[in-house]
Amino acid sequence: MVQSEAQPLLRVKDVAVHFGGIVALDGVSFEVARGRIVGLIGPNGAGKTTLFNCVSRLYDCDRGEIAFDGGSLLAVPRHRVAALGIGRTFQNLALFRSMSVLDNVMVGYHCRSRGGFLANALRLPHAVRAERRTAAKAREVLALLGLGALAAKPVAELPFGTQKRVELARALASEPKLLLLDEPASGLNHEEVGELGALIRELRERLQLTILLVEHHMSLVMGIADWVVALNFGRRIAEGAPHEVRLHPELVRAYLGG
Amino acid sequence: MRGRILFLGVLIVVACALPFLVSSYRTFQLTLVLVYAIALLGLNILTGYNGQISLGHGAFYALGAYCAAILIDKAGAPYWAVVPAAGGVCLVAGFLFGLPALRLEGLYLALATFALGVAMPQLLKYHHLEKWTGGVQGIVIAKPEAPFGIPLEADRWLYFFTLAVTLIMFVLGWNLLRGRIGRALVAIRDQHTASEAMGIHNALYKSLAFGVSAMFTGVAGALGALAVQFVAPDSFGVFLSIVFLVGIVVGGLASISGALYGALFIQFIPNIADEISKAAPWAIFGVFMIGFVYLMPTGVAGAIRLLLTRRRAQ
Ligand SMILES: Nc1ncnc2c1ncn2[C@@H]1O[C@H](COP(=O)(O)OP(=O)(O)OP(=O)(O)O)[C@@H](O)[C@H]1O
Ligand SMILES: [Mg+2]
Repeated sequence: MVQSEAQPLLRVKDVAVHFGGIVALDGVSFEVARGRIVGLIGPNGAGKTTLFNCVSRLYDCDRGEIAFDGGSLLAVPRHRVAALGIGRTFQNLALFRSMSVLDNVMVGYHCRSRGGFLANALRLPHAVRAERRTAAKAREVLALLGLGALAAKPVAELPFGTQKRVELARALASEPKLLLLDEPASGLNHEEVGELGALIRELRERLQLTILLVEHHMSLVMGIADWVVALNFGRRIAEGAPHEVRLHPELVRAYLGG
Repeated sequence: MRGRILFLGVLIVVACALPFLVSSYRTFQLTLVLVYAIALLGLNILTGYNGQISLGHGAFYALGAYCAAILIDKAGAPYWAVVPAAGGVCLVAGFLFGLPALRLEGLYLALATFALGVAMPQLLKYHHLEKWTGGVQGIVIAKPEAPFGIPLEADRWLYFFTLAVTLIMFVLGWNLLRGRIGRALVAIRDQHTASEAMGIHNALYKSLAFGVSAMFTGVAGALGALAVQFVAPDSFGVFLSIVFLVGIVVGGLASISGALYGALFIQFIPNIADEISKAAPWAIFGVFMIGFVYLMPTGVAGAIRLLLTRRRAQ
């Protein structure tokens, strides 16, 4: 596959999703260029999470096309998406609640490590090495996010905001090219939201990430996004640089509930 | 870690000394404890770790037992060879049963496995299979003697043979559950959407968990057949499956050592209940069961873990 740097990393084209009578997405198209932070905004029920779920293949599109890194995503089985380089977090937390913080993040590295049932049961050398590498990777990511001291803690005992951060760590452990963040700032206070913005930018530089960010904290989105896509009722109503979109009449109307 | 290895060492020494301290009937009972421990570890991999309930694991135990008995009786296979053979057959059978079971969850999976559990004894009685299974009569097998002129009577020898297999199975289980695969199984149980998003092939892992679980239980069935020297359809009714489930809950779900505690419970509590009341032993058994679960809601293994962390905290 030829990968030109100019080619967008993610291309969403005319995607539609229905749930019974509800139209969750209605012909949405946009692109995410490499190395960018793209904000995806819109009022409740606009279809932002549904779009994430299409990209991670949890939902099937009724129509349209999603291409990642030049190849179609729609024929890829769910469990292969992570290995392609798409990592995500979930709006309503989807951690492995019985596990420690470290184990949660170690599961994040699953798609990068090898060793099946037999190799593990027999403790074959390559499985032992893979296990060591997995632990090292998880500790590295935890340190990067300042979670090192919590490694052994049962994840269910942590406050909501910290759990969100563990989910971020778990996603980063899979060494993604594209990171989908679904409301990473929920459960944080004003000051923490500011810190999170700085962290997301720093992660992009250090790990060469491309980020698609769903967030209701407008200050966060407008502060760190290079490009913003606005949805309402499953349609794209505006797109552009943050300062352009912010004042877009359609968006203002959508948020005022017009 | 040091303490744990020391504890395991002491446990193995005690396990080796025990048969010389008790009667050969008690030795036979201890052999069954080991057999049940393997079976319960198998069920725990599936239900405790992977979250797939099975009300029919007695069927895999029966399959293992019959494999062993038929291979010895019809093919003259040596007793030590039939154990891995039974494990292999059950691995395949479990995997194949696990494939359609993928579509089922929770109560529906419980019903499907229950159906397997009730069907198995009747399948074993099926008259076209009688040539191999011996029908209602079952199959009688001889007790293996100690090899190389080792001066051990048959009951004790079989105990040591079973102990060796138990150690192997527990080491395999430990390795499997402590690493990448064990984490993946628990991830699927805890949050199957996220596990798949992390790249875990849920369907494959769930079927393989079924296969591995059935393999453990089948190995136990083969060893059980050797110990009892007899297989018959009615010893593998659905009650056996339920008792296995009781064993993993009382011993501790998703716990390796829990399999051993559960095995002690399902082997000895019925005897104790019988001594307390000849008229209603199962009522007494029920009282014990409720008592255990009430006092130790996370099983014996969970209670021990709690005690240890509390002591360490002091
Ligand atoms: N699995 C589903 N089954 C039925 N309807 C669904 C499902 N998922 C989403 N929807 C519907 O699709 C629409 C879009 O929902 P979605 O969760 O994508 O919105 P959102 O933009 O993420 O909103 P929020 O900001 O509240 O998270 C809503 O009307 C929602 O009720
Ligand atoms: Mg949402």
